[in-house]
Amino acid sequence: MDINTFLAQFISGLSTAMLLFLISSGLTLIFGVVNVLNFAHGSFYLLGTYFAYQIMQLFDNFWIGLLAGAVGAGIVGMIIEVLFLRRIYGRAQEGAFQLLMTFAFILILDDMVKFIWGTEYKTISKPASLVGSFNLGTVMVPVYNVFIIVVGFLVVIFAWYFLTKTDTGKTVRASSLDRIMLGLLGTNVPMIMTVVFGVATAMGGLAGVLAAPLRTVTPGAGVEVIIDSMIVVVIGGFGNFWGALLGAIIIGEVLSFGILWVPELATVLTFIVMIVVLIVKPEGLLAKKAVGRK
Amino acid sequence: MKKIKAYLPWIVYFVFFLGLLVVNPGTHYIHLVSRVIIFGLYAVAFNLLYGTTGLVSFGHALFYGVGAYITGMLVKATSPEFFVLYILLGAVGAAFVSFFIGLLTLRLTGIYFTMLTLAFAQLVWGLTFKLYNFTGGDDGIQAIAKPEILSGGVTKYYLFSFAVVTICIYVLWRIRRSPFGAVLNSIRQNPQRITFLGLNVYKNQLKAFVISAFFAGAAGGLYAGLDGSIHPDMLHWPTSGNAILMATIGGMGTFFGPIVGAGILTGLEEIVGKYTEYWSFCIGVVVLIVVLLFPNGVLGIKKIGGSKNNEEKETEVVCNSGD
Repeated sequence: MDINTFLAQFISGLSTAMLLFLISSGLTLIFGVVNVLNFAHGSFYLLGTYFAYQIMQLFDNFWIGLLAGAVGAGIVGMIIEVLFLRRIYGRAQEGAFQLLMTFAFILILDDMVKFIWGTEYKTISKPASLVGSFNLGTVMVPVYNVFIIVVGFLVVIFAWYFLTKTDTGKTVRASSLDRIMLGLLGTNVPMIMTVVFGVATAMGGLAGVLAAPLRTVTPGAGVEVIIDSMIVVVIGGFGNFWGALLGAIIIGEVLSFGILWVPELATVLTFIVMIVVLIVKPEGLLAKKAVGRK
Repeated sequence: MKKIKAYLPWIVYFVFFLGLLVVNPGTHYIHLVSRVIIFGLYAVAFNLLYGTTGLVSFGHALFYGVGAYITGMLVKATSPEFFVLYILLGAVGAAFVSFFIGLLTLRLTGIYFTMLTLAFAQLVWGLTFKLYNFTGGDDGIQAIAKPEILSGGVTKYYLFSFAVVTICIYVLWRIRRSPFGAVLNSIRQNPQRITFLGLNVYKNQLKAFVISAFFAGAAGGLYAGLDGSIHPDMLHWPTSGNAILMATIGGMGTFFGPIVGAGILTGLEEIVGKYTEYWSFCIGVVVLIVVLLFPNGVLGIKKIGGSKNNEEKETEVVCNSGD
C-alpha cells in the first residue's frame, strides 16, 4: 500500500472513530456515573438524527438542526432517567433489569420513530460551507470528515477541562467513585445523575446528526450503531473516558483498514478485537484496577 | 396434598397444550402454539443459567441458531429421513460450541461475562453472512424437508414438538431439583460460600452453560422444522434479548415462568400485530411495566404476597456476598 492510500484511509478511519467516540463517551460516562449500561444509547443517536431532520424541514439550516438534535435527545434522555431508570437503581440483579429496561426503550423509541417519520430513507445534506474536499499533499480529504474530527477533538478538550479543572467536573468524577459518601457530604447526587444522563444522551444525538450526511437516515440506524459503541466501551474499559477515545480510534481504524485488507471479514474483525481484549484484559485497555475476573 | 401442588404446573402444562388439540382452533393457532412451546423450551433452557445460576448470558441466540443451522444443513445435505437424529446432533453441536465459549467467558463475571457472550454470538452471526456457500448468507436456508411421518398438516409437527419439548423440559426440571440444581441455585445466591463448601464454582457454571446450550440448540432444531426455513436473524442479538425477556416476563425465579413468558411474547406479537405494525412498541411497554411493577414476573406475583420473607432472605444473602 502506498502512503497516499494509507493516509486517506487513516483520515477516513479517524472520522469514523470520532463519531464512535461521541456516542461511546456518553455511554461510558453514563456507566461510570449513573452505573447503568444504557443499551438504548443508539436510540438517542437515532432521535438526534430525526429531530434534526424535522427542524431542518422548517428552517433549512444545518446548524440549527445540529443544536436541535443534540438538545432534543438530551431532554428525552433526562425524562427517561427521571421517570423510569431512577426506579431500578440498587435493585438486586440490577444488571439484568437495566439490560431489560433499556432494551424496552430501544423497542419503544425505535417504533415511535417509525410511527412519526415512517420507514423510508431520509437525507440530511451537508451544510454548504463544508461541501467539497481539499488537497493534503497528494491526498484528497473531504472537508466534512475533517470537520467531524475537529468536533471530536473539541469535545475531548472540553471534557478534559471540565472533568479535571472545574469543581462541577470533580463532583461528577467523585460520584462515579463513591455515590453514598458524596451524598452524605451534601451534594444532590440524583440531580448529577440526571444531568450526566442528559449530557451523555445529547452527545449521542449530536453524533447522530453529524453522521447523518455520511450515512442514510433510517429507523434501523440506532441498532446498527449501538453494538459498535458497546465494543468501544468494552475495549477502553467501562466508565473510562479516555479509554473510550482509545477504543474509538482502534475500532475506527480497524473498520477503515479492515475493508481495505480483508473486505469479507471487516464487520467480524471488531468482534474479534473485543473478544481478544475481554480475554486478555477484561477490565479494558486503560483501566488500572483488575475487575470482572474470578 | 403437597405432592399434588408440586405437580400442579405439570398438570396445567398438559391440560393446556393437549387440550388445544381437543379444541382444535385451526392450523393458524396450532402453528402459533407450536412456536410458543419451542420458544418456551429455549427460554426454560436459558433460565437454567439466568434465573437459577444467576449468569446473564447475552449470547444465547448463538446456541439456538447453531442448533437450527446444523439441523437445517444436515437435512439439506442428506435426506430428511433422519430428521429427529439431526435435531439431536444440532443440540450436541450447540453443546460442543458452548463448551469452548463457556471455558473462556466464565472466567469473567457480571457485565464482562455478558459482553463476552454477546461478542461471540455476534461474531458467529457476522460469519454466517460471509460463509455464503455453507449457510446461504442472508437468505438463510429455505425449504427444509421433514420426514414422511411429520409432514402434511401442522398438527403432526405440533405433537412431535410437544413430545420433544416435554422430554427436554422434564429433564431440565429434574436437573433443577437435583443436588446439582441446588448447587447452581446457591452459586447465584452466594458463590463464596460454595467455594468454602469445597465445590468448584467455575466447573459447575460450565456444566450449567453446556446443558443450557444443549437444550437451546434442540429448540433451534425444532424451529428449523416448523417453518422449514432458517435465517441469520436467529443468531442476531435481539434473539438473545428475547430469551431474557421471556424469562423475566414469565418469572425467572420459577421453573415454568419462561414458558408463560414465551406465550405472552408470542401472543402479544400475534394480537397486536393484527391491529398495527408497531407491536414491538407494545412489547416494550409490557417489559417496562414488568420491570417496574412485577420484577418477579407473572408467575412470581403470587410469591411476593405469599412469602415475603423468602424474598428478603435472598436479597440479604446477596448483600452479604458483596465482593
